[in-house]
Amino acid sequence: MEMKRRSVLPGFGISLGITVTYLSLVVLLPLATVFTRTSTLGWAGFWSTVTAPRVLASYRLTFGASLGSALINAVFGLLVAWVLVRYRFPGRKVVDAMLDLPFALPTAVAGIALTTLYAPNGWLGSWLEPMGVKVDFTPLGIVVALTFIGLPFVVRTVQPVLQDLESEIEEAAASLGASRWQTFRRVLLPAIGPALLTGFALSFARAIGEYGSVVFISGNMPMRTEITPLLIMTKLEQFDYAGATAIATVMLLASFVLLLTINVLQSLSRRQTA
Amino acid sequence: MAGHIGMRSATASAERIRSTGEPAWVRRLLTGIALLFLALFLLMPLVLVFVEAFRKGVGVYFAAVTEPDALAAIKLTLIAAGIAVPLNVVFGVAAAWSIAKFEFVGKNVLTTLIDLPFAVSPVIAGMIFVLMFGAHGWFGPWLSDHDIKVIFAVPGIVLATVFVTFPFVARELIPLMQEQGTEEEEAAMVLGASGWQTFRRITLPNIKWGLLYGIILCNARAMGEFGAVSVVSGHIRGLTNTMPLHIEILYNEYSFTAAFAVASLLTMLAIVTLIAKSLVEWQAGRQQPISQTTPHLERKAA
Repeated sequence: MEMKRRSVLPGFGISLGITVTYLSLVVLLPLATVFTRTSTLGWAGFWSTVTAPRVLASYRLTFGASLGSALINAVFGLLVAWVLVRYRFPGRKVVDAMLDLPFALPTAVAGIALTTLYAPNGWLGSWLEPMGVKVDFTPLGIVVALTFIGLPFVVRTVQPVLQDLESEIEEAAASLGASRWQTFRRVLLPAIGPALLTGFALSFARAIGEYGSVVFISGNMPMRTEITPLLIMTKLEQFDYAGATAIATVMLLASFVLLLTINVLQSLSRRQTA
Repeated sequence: MAGHIGMRSATASAERIRSTGEPAWVRRLLTGIALLFLALFLLMPLVLVFVEAFRKGVGVYFAAVTEPDALAAIKLTLIAAGIAVPLNVVFGVAAAWSIAKFEFVGKNVLTTLIDLPFAVSPVIAGMIFVLMFGAHGWFGPWLSDHDIKVIFAVPGIVLATVFVTFPFVARELIPLMQEQGTEEEEAAMVLGASGWQTFRRITLPNIKWGLLYGIILCNARAMGEFGAVSVVSGHIRGLTNTMPLHIEILYNEYSFTAAFAVASLLTMLAIVTLIAKSLVEWQAGRQQPISQTTPHLERKAA
């Protein structure tokens, strides 16, 4: 079969050739520059750059806010997926279609819209500020922006799994005397667990690299509301290329670890649904 | 016929839900919370863009989107997308053809590498081109000797856009073509069709909805990219500003109405993208009984 396939269909050489050449030129070679440029710093220089107090503060903020937003998205994403799959209400199709808005809306537009919304005189800010909740120019604002950006991930990974779930197991649990909450916790949650975790990881991975939507609402104060991608940007503007690449190396390594984790999670979740 | 069966199974599952479902007040409460969350995070920003854009009237709105710098930004955005999307379509089809229709060593590694640009922060995506083509980059001295500008010029913007939109089409097509297998193409070849005829008459009609879907997503990202383009652009008004960068400048100059006016154009593009996507999914679902929309959504998410 395999031999036959290789002999009958044409274009293997040229299509693979185009793929590998283009991939190397556009992605691999440019990415390699990060590692070659970092190596010019030397180990000591690299280490002191990536562990400077301002850089450490930016990691804490970036990873902390990303974790917070991914958690919010895990909870509300699961809820939204549940409501969309299980319940019928007017406008459900429109809501479903609108969910991908954060993928389609440019991040800069999301950034200025959210900032205006939460500004002291904004629709939500004028209402929250008297209650003592300040969102713009605080870490909370960063969490809000990252929540917007990562919103579709959990919904879109959990939704198909929830849809394909056989209702027999729920009926079995119910007929064996389990309450609805017990059924959810013991039967449904384990079944959608891998998908939920995948969505959470995707949302988190997207959040740590995010730039456009955050820079408007964060206020960009060093040590306080400066995310790591912004710090890279600042170093580039000061022509500190070695410093920028050193921090980028740390970010890239974190992203690659996450990418691997997500791949493992996805194959796990596929095996469970299969 | 298919619609009839679909309807019947929908009622059956609705009945089953009732037997194991939640009480009405729980259903209403959960739906209410979910909709409130989405209204706060999705609907309000969307509505706000248009309200702010038209705050000072239609005249100011049209003045803001037709002034020379805005028009130059629109033009540059169209150029960047106009180059990046076709390039990534050709690549995406080639990659999907080789990966889905043939067996070879290192296929999984190649598939993972194609996803790489999604895992890279936009700022880093822009940075790598500065490292390559900037004044102190690998090719910097050679480029300045030959008087070619890449960084802080249009070629850099195009390169950064190509990078960030790189995986979209390939990612849509690979799972789709893998699912479709090779039997139809093999039959065509055995019956004497040429390779090109086989591709055009068999493969292309089979993948057209997935391809269209990939192009729509690729285009939306190409026109909206901010971080990567921001690094390589140099923000030269009227020359190297794309629409998102123009919005940033206007906003930072406190020209909020103008910023939101330009932003409303990109928001309309986003809405059109969502509508087109829904239509494509609906069409694809109608033509292929096996649900292909689910893996799409799941894959696109990364």
